[in-house]
Amino acid sequence: MTKTFRMDEAQPRLLDETGQGIVGAPLDRPEGPKKVSGRAHYAADGLPEGAAHGVLVRATISRGRITGIDESSVSGLGGVIGVFHGPEFLRNPAQGMAGEAPVQPGDEVHYHGQPIALVVAESFEAARDAAQRLVVSYEAEEGVETDPASASALEQDDPETAGDFDAAFAASEVTLDRSYATAPQVAAAMEPHAAVAEWEGDSLTLRGALQMLRFNKDELADSLGIPAEKVRILAPYVGGGFGSKLGIGPEAVAAALAARALGRPVRVVMTRQTVFDAVLRRSETSQRLRLGADRDGRLRALSHDDRVSNIEGEGFAEPVSQASQFLYGADGLSFAQTLARVSRTPAGSVRAPGEAVGMLALEQAMDELAEALEMCPVELRLKNLPEKNPMTGQPFSATRLADCLREGADRFGWADRKPMGSRREGEWFVGMGMASAARSNMLVKSAARVRLGADGAVVETDMTDIGTGTYAILGQIAAEMLGLRVEQVEVRLGDTSFPGASGSGGSFGANSAGSATFLAAKAIRETLAGRMGCSLSELTLQDGIARGGNREMPLSELVEEELVEEASVEAGDTSESHFSSGFGAHFAEVAVHAYTGEVRVRRMLGVMAMGRILNEKTARSQALGGMIWGLGAALTEEMAHDPRTGHVVTRDLANYHVPAHADVPGDMTVVFLEERDDMANPIQTKGIGELGISGAGAAILNAVRNACGARVYDMPATPDRVIAAMEAAGS
Amino acid sequence: MRDFEYSRAETLSGAAGQMGEGASVIAGGTNLLDLMKIQVMTPSRLVDISRIGELQGISEDGDGLRIGALVTNSELAADGRIRSGWPLLSRAILAGASAQIRNKATTGGNLLQRTRCPYFYDTAMACNKRSPGEGCAAQEGVGRMLAIFGTSEHCLAAHPSDMAVALAALRAEVEIRSKEGETRCLPVTELYRLPGDRPDLESVLEPGEIITAVRLPAPLADTRQVYKKVRDRASYAFALVSVAAVLEMEGDRIASASLAFGGVAPRPWTDPEAEQALVGAAPGDEAFGKAADVLIEQAHCHPDTEFKKPLLRRTLIAALREATGLAKPATGASTARIPA
Repeated sequence: MTKTFRMDEAQPRLLDETGQGIVGAPLDRPEGPKKVSGRAHYAADGLPEGAAHGVLVRATISRGRITGIDESSVSGLGGVIGVFHGPEFLRNPAQGMAGEAPVQPGDEVHYHGQPIALVVAESFEAARDAAQRLVVSYEAEEGVETDPASASALEQDDPETAGDFDAAFAASEVTLDRSYATAPQVAAAMEPHAAVAEWEGDSLTLRGALQMLRFNKDELADSLGIPAEKVRILAPYVGGGFGSKLGIGPEAVAAALAARALGRPVRVVMTRQTVFDAVLRRSETSQRLRLGADRDGRLRALSHDDRVSNIEGEGFAEPVSQASQFLYGADGLSFAQTLARVSRTPAGSVRAPGEAVGMLALEQAMDELAEALEMCPVELRLKNLPEKNPMTGQPFSATRLADCLREGADRFGWADRKPMGSRREGEWFVGMGMASAARSNMLVKSAARVRLGADGAVVETDMTDIGTGTYAILGQIAAEMLGLRVEQVEVRLGDTSFPGASGSGGSFGANSAGSATFLAAKAIRETLAGRMGCSLSELTLQDGIARGGNREMPLSELVEEELVEEASVEAGDTSESHFSSGFGAHFAEVAVHAYTGEVRVRRMLGVMAMGRILNEKTARSQALGGMIWGLGAALTEEMAHDPRTGHVVTRDLANYHVPAHADVPGDMTVVFLEERDDMANPIQTKGIGELGISGAGAAILNAVRNACGARVYDMPATPDRVIAAMEAAGS
Repeated sequence: MRDFEYSRAETLSGAAGQMGEGASVIAGGTNLLDLMKIQVMTPSRLVDISRIGELQGISEDGDGLRIGALVTNSELAADGRIRSGWPLLSRAILAGASAQIRNKATTGGNLLQRTRCPYFYDTAMACNKRSPGEGCAAQEGVGRMLAIFGTSEHCLAAHPSDMAVALAALRAEVEIRSKEGETRCLPVTELYRLPGDRPDLESVLEPGEIITAVRLPAPLADTRQVYKKVRDRASYAFALVSVAAVLEMEGDRIASASLAFGGVAPRPWTDPEAEQALVGAAPGDEAFGKAADVLIEQAHCHPDTEFKKPLLRRTLIAALREATGLAKPATGASTARIPA
């Protein structure tokens, strides 16, 4: 029977009491050897017997109607099996946690690049050729709006406010009013989106590249119009997601439809170009920051307004000012968002939605304010840390932001930072910058099952491991709770026949699935305590031995028949009474070429307090990866859209510049400060990966400013923009 | 990908015999296979020349070197003679692509690689280079990578090679063999045609001609050679602009300058007037800036490439500062020192 636990009050820190000593240890991920030797099978790696290959066809108009798909244009080609399209086809992937079908546009085209048909053939090559040749006729609409800057269809809610911003801003001794822009971005996960669909009678098994199977199952069933219990999704290994695989996508539905019609399995793998065309992007943003402060640096007024875009019918709007709403306190706060509707590749969650781009602007503005006040940027931040969430009045559940700032400054050698433009080595200006980091923390309903046998345990949940280390941490939690070596725990993930978890998203997977695993194991401990005849608090489990009530017994004797417990966790009163967020501080040192405007990051430091660390190694990798994302957002990543059609012009990894190894400094350090978030969840953890991004790019751009005087308002800071800013600054 | 026939040639004359309408030579295939997958190129036959012995190896050629067309980029960049006599070439090659690609890519193939203009790569977009007469979607489109010299209203594409830029500054020649077995040599810069109204015709190679070698003239004693490439990330990106500079000094004056520019034209771009502006000059930002002004005066920019004028100007100055010792070359060419 499933035990459901609601997080209504602070929980005891049981993982600090257990005796195995595995939680937190920097263990290798158990599936690592499989991954590096090609034995971990990702969605498209297996090809069922008799499988056919499907390739998606894109629309080549910006908006309008499909008037004909001429199947005869490909039907004579060798190997071609058929062309599939229809009302079930998806316009774009579902938004995260939708749990229902995304827009199914029928014969309508809503953006250039929209998947409109699937060509199926005996080989991938033949399918791709036929997809290229398929003749589609359209009735294109005139005057389609594809440019967010000039779009006329705008949605704007009333600003979210606390206090009186206008009055506070007017009364401020020092004010700052700046505009920043960030480019559209794309997740560009290494594994392209893929699906292998196979029917048995009216039951569908789909191998997919997906992050949130519990939701994806419902989304797929709803898209196909079949009961959810007829759908099983398998995704034991996922090659990166970063938000791009949160929801069911066009490839999965197309594969399922074709497989059903053909009575044979169908594999659909998106080409890299299709990934760029049809997977949810991160919206470009234009942002306005207004800060008002006293001469001594106390913030009086803070406003962060933004404009983002999405296609019609999508509820998602990049939550740009998310962190600005709680990071610093002020007398008057105001946050307004404008959403422009455009015919472009739809927008959705990309790693750290909101903070990833919002903090680029907020934390540069804070730096500019520090400069105007002639104040140390670290001091300015320390001076403005609120005791409660300034918008909601909730106390923070745990925050060590001040410690992160101080510790970071100390470790980085911040005291050696030179005045702007005064440090030069050869042709390179050198400078330092910093920024705060914040990323709100969540607990999402999750279930897990733990089985304890005589010689080991099994964890089962439909949770995914998208490269984050889920296999490692769930094994560690179960081993810790049950007094086993970690090798004695097998973790089974990515199968909707297992209990449904949060999935991987919003950095909440470890909190959520980890808590469910913890609770299921805790239930087993209760049974074991009963068998030992002792209370739960007296029970110790270590190295396969149970101790309690003056008895000692090997687990193998205590557990003659497998013990099975399933537990479920969900957010409760603490999510109302307290506000939980990860906090940290980023520091960066950069060199800027005085002539060419090239920026090279020399070192980065992130000091973070993110609750209990479950695996110091995978946590560090998450934080480092996030910091590299910050580097990309600051310096290199920019998706370009054609001004006429809105289509994606940067459709491959040669044109969309994620940081290369040479961009990443050898000296990258992550320091975790010890923390427990008792209000967050029963295991006192917080999300990690996204905190690594949030603020990291701003630290780099603040360092560019310190190095050479250039402040780049239009990101990323590519050499041309740095040159223009250097020339504007007269350096 | 379209079906195609594949044949392997063991000799040059054998290759000539196998070539015909719709056939394409394949060596490293690092560019051709990509283009075939997206069906920008759809050859009906591939003639594999990668095992032809006559095209292999680097040999001494008087005081110069003869580089076989099949010598890989990695092999060429690592060759001791190249590194000591023509270091510019080594640096330019290593500034391009990735180690994996350089291991496969060949000298001849590098010269004949196609533009990376995204409109050329997207078959839903009009492109005169892909389909003559269709139009040029780049003109009103977006494009940081487009050319600013030698373009036409029919094509704005830039040639992406780094190696070719160095070869142009080194005054290298391309050795070409005709179908009939006759050999001719051309300066590297003359291998390419400017787009005019036929952007699909990229080189002066006649049907059946193939590149057999690149000939490097003897290195000038005491030249200063610098390759400076600026791109949107530190590695694995095509040049926004690049500068290859070979300078000869006479005392504290510049005696001669050989310059070539990448990322800015349909071929490695050269400008004799800009070179001339440096002759006799004392090194300094002012003299360098004057030469750069002569160069960029000829630029015709798409709105997205306006930035290339100041960037090219600054990059040329930076390259000349390095070549003349005004700037200490940073460790690892143009990257900042990164602590281990």
